[in-house]
Amino acid sequence: MRLARVIGSVVATRKHQKLDGAKLLLAQPIDRDGQPQGGAQLAVDAVGAGVGELVLLVLEGRAAGAALGRRAAPVDAAIVGIVDPTGLG
Amino acid sequence: MQLARVIGNVVATIKDPGLAARTLLVLQPLSPAREAVGQPIVAVDAVGAGVGEEVFLVRGREASLPFLPDQVPTDASVIGICDQWTTDSVPAGPAPRSRRRRTTND
Repeated sequence: MRLARVIGSVVATRKHQKLDGAKLLLAQPIDRDGQPQGGAQLAVDAVGAGVGELVLLVLEGRAAGAALGRRAAPVDAAIVGIVDPTGLG
Repeated sequence: MQLARVIGNVVATIKDPGLAARTLLVLQPLSPAREAVGQPIVAVDAVGAGVGEEVFLVRGREASLPFLPDQVPTDASVIGICDQWTTDSVPAGPAPRSRRRRTTND
């Protein structure tokens, strides 16, 4: 998993049926200093995260599909946790 | 997944049978600020996207999942068409709808 910051959201009416009802968020992976690292990822949200929050991001298909709760969903990234404000030791 | 703009399509008569009758699109991956990121890639269309539209794609093994039970040998697939996106770092608003369709005079 990666630490990432939620930087936005995407609205898409037409999408694959396995994504119906899924919330899509733009997540920017960050390094240990909080700086952006690599490109932003579009991820399905499994936990109700919001823009600005620090989250846990999985970048692997099977895990992302499991987070979405659908088998064989065509997803490769999912937000699976919200880091507590004091949650980084 | 990744944001991208459809910038063209590919016609290939000779191809794997799993790709028969599938639409191949040329995509330019985009950053959330709509800047081009990396090189254009070819993806199989799963939603009926067209040139000029902003879409999102899935890469890797999961790119073949939209077409099950058909086995489609692809490592990138378009799985959604973006109506709009908003971020905290770029201006909000609907996506530009420039449809740059090519004509035979181009």
